[in-house]
Amino acid sequence: MRTGKWLLVALGLTLAIAGTAGAQTVEIEYWQYTFAQRVQAIDELIKRFEAENPGIKVKHTHVPYDDFRLKIAAAIPAGQGPDVVQLFYGWLQDYLKAKLLQPLPTELFDSAEIERDFFPLVKQMKVDGRYYAVPTAVRSLSLFWNRKLFAEAGLDPAKPPQTLDELLVMARKLTKTDAAGNLLQAGMALDMGLQDHHWLREVLIRQMGGQPYSTDGRSVAYNTPAGHRAVAWYSDLATKHKVGQFGFLTDGVTAFRSGKAGLMIDGSFRLAAFDAQTGLDYAVTELPTHQGKRSNFASYWVNGITPKATGAKRDAAAKFLKFITTPAAMELWLEKVGELPARKAVAERDAIRTHPKYGAFIRGLAYAEATFFVNETAQRKLFMDMVDRVVLKSQPVPESVAQAAAEEQKLLDAFFK
Amino acid sequence: MGGPARPGPGRPLRLPMLDRLSLRTRRTLSAWAFLALPVAFYVAIRFYPTADALLTSLTDWNIVGPRRFVGLDNYRRLATDPTFWKVMGNTFQYLIVGVTVSLTLSFLVAYHLDRVRFGHALLRALYFVPHLTTAVAMAWVWRWLYQPVPIGVFNGLLVWAGLPQQPFLRSTEQALYAVLAPAIWAGLGFQVVIFLAGLKAIPQEYYEAAAIDGAGNWRALVHVTLPLLRPTVVFLVVVSSIAFLRIFDYVYSMTNGQGGPLDSTKPLVLKIYETAFGHFQMGYATAQTVVLFVILLAISLLQLRLLRSA
Repeated sequence: MRTGKWLLVALGLTLAIAGTAGAQTVEIEYWQYTFAQRVQAIDELIKRFEAENPGIKVKHTHVPYDDFRLKIAAAIPAGQGPDVVQLFYGWLQDYLKAKLLQPLPTELFDSAEIERDFFPLVKQMKVDGRYYAVPTAVRSLSLFWNRKLFAEAGLDPAKPPQTLDELLVMARKLTKTDAAGNLLQAGMALDMGLQDHHWLREVLIRQMGGQPYSTDGRSVAYNTPAGHRAVAWYSDLATKHKVGQFGFLTDGVTAFRSGKAGLMIDGSFRLAAFDAQTGLDYAVTELPTHQGKRSNFASYWVNGITPKATGAKRDAAAKFLKFITTPAAMELWLEKVGELPARKAVAERDAIRTHPKYGAFIRGLAYAEATFFVNETAQRKLFMDMVDRVVLKSQPVPESVAQAAAEEQKLLDAFFK
Repeated sequence: MGGPARPGPGRPLRLPMLDRLSLRTRRTLSAWAFLALPVAFYVAIRFYPTADALLTSLTDWNIVGPRRFVGLDNYRRLATDPTFWKVMGNTFQYLIVGVTVSLTLSFLVAYHLDRVRFGHALLRALYFVPHLTTAVAMAWVWRWLYQPVPIGVFNGLLVWAGLPQQPFLRSTEQALYAVLAPAIWAGLGFQVVIFLAGLKAIPQEYYEAAAIDGAGNWRALVHVTLPLLRPTVVFLVVVSSIAFLRIFDYVYSMTNGQGGPLDSTKPLVLKIYETAFGHFQMGYATAQTVVLFVILLAISLLQLRLLRSA
């Protein structure tokens, strides 16, 4: 009896030790910038991930956008901060130079598999044959149209413009002015500070027969007659045809949202806000084509693993990264954040592809271009100023385009030197 | 009883070590003891970052990478950067127009308010209210006021009067003044209150003496009020100069953070912010802050001299 008792005690102890070893949890950190819907989506994903992986705890930190890069840069070299981090696709080169990312482990992230499953724009995340980051979601552009205003203007509310020429005709009909010519309702919301500069850069320039940059991304290629035609066509909307006005109702989104603009170009992340707007009867369609050419602009945020994650943490980090890029995670992201799934198979599911609102964005992704920005803020401003010089200062289009091209080339040269 | 150093109730704690020091030394020591905390605080959060900024301005740093020493490259780049000169021009336009207009207006208000007895406190409070309002909220309200019809109040009035609409914030000529207006308006209350205090501090006897000598309102103003208000004016000029040199929130809120159109409203501080947190060029941004620091320092030193000679 005595021996039996001791045996039991010994067995119990062994079990207890084994139990604690098994329950040894690995804690990893995930960082992104503060944006309510993104934070909620990741919180939900962490909850699901932890339920599936009892040995791993994920700590979620979100940092205001303005401090995001600074904090990461300070934390990682000090061995602190995130194990898995979110970054804008255009920042990859900077992050690699600063050694803030490690290549993704090939066991879980096979290059061939990534290229087979994700939209082709993900290739920008591959450096020297290895992937450093993968996206959960991507963004593209669509044309929003206000059905109520269409009906009021005598247009068929079920038929949005299919081409740039149709767009201009309809925008004219949708425009209302008072006797003195003051704009009361815009045919089209114009806002270079929002998505219009992407539309101009990656869509209009290509549709007019040009291309914005050389294929290797190192030189500006839009200072050509095609580029001039694109900038002229866009500026004419405000100056010649007067179907819109920059700053009308403070900004393009407000103009469209308050039912004072018939058409607008924007991203899927706007859907949630517009759906919440009572009295706004709108729909979404693919960007208009021109002379049979279609194009779109795509951008995305990606997730990568930092050098801080080693050993068990690296394995846990890879598992978590894999988890937040699964089809299920992408569906949740679409629903909560309004950004499109980065995996073709998910995006092209019938329920999503033919979705009355997301569908247009998904179809646009198939032929979208992701600009290789070296400094998105500065490059956006160059485009805004290029149009402003034409609209406000009546500078001839070729001159203004030449100036923008020269300044942008300087930025590219500084980056690639 | 125990030793003499034992603290009893109501007796201060005494350290024998301190007893050996002279009274003077002890006083100095206790002064430093009280000063230690603020000194440490200032060194850690003011002087050290300032010194670090001077060093950073000599480097090329994108926040995420290592700092690379580049000597005076950032300052050379500043000298040849057309936007920098444009922005300096704007900043001084904010400064000169802002200080002149706001001080003239606030003096006029204070001068007349000083003579009003009925409703004096209420009026003073009303002038002060904008000063208490959040700059961003106010900037947005003004932004709407400037909108074209159908929502803009100013343009609505113009159209109603049969005049053409004005572009205000969408014009490279008008935008800077359109942004400056709410900034002046918001600072007015503070300046009025300071002027009122200055006016109250002038002894009534001087006015009586001036009246006996036959001076009218105008001569009393020119020969009594204005000279005696000099310290107040110098103070307000310096304080509002610094405020206008650092103008940021109005511009940021009223131009979507762009300082546009075509940089026509962009002040130096906005360019610094944009260089640092839009372009992630910390070295270049810091070089600009050093320039701003030098300007602010020069103004403060000038103030000291003016006050001393006053």
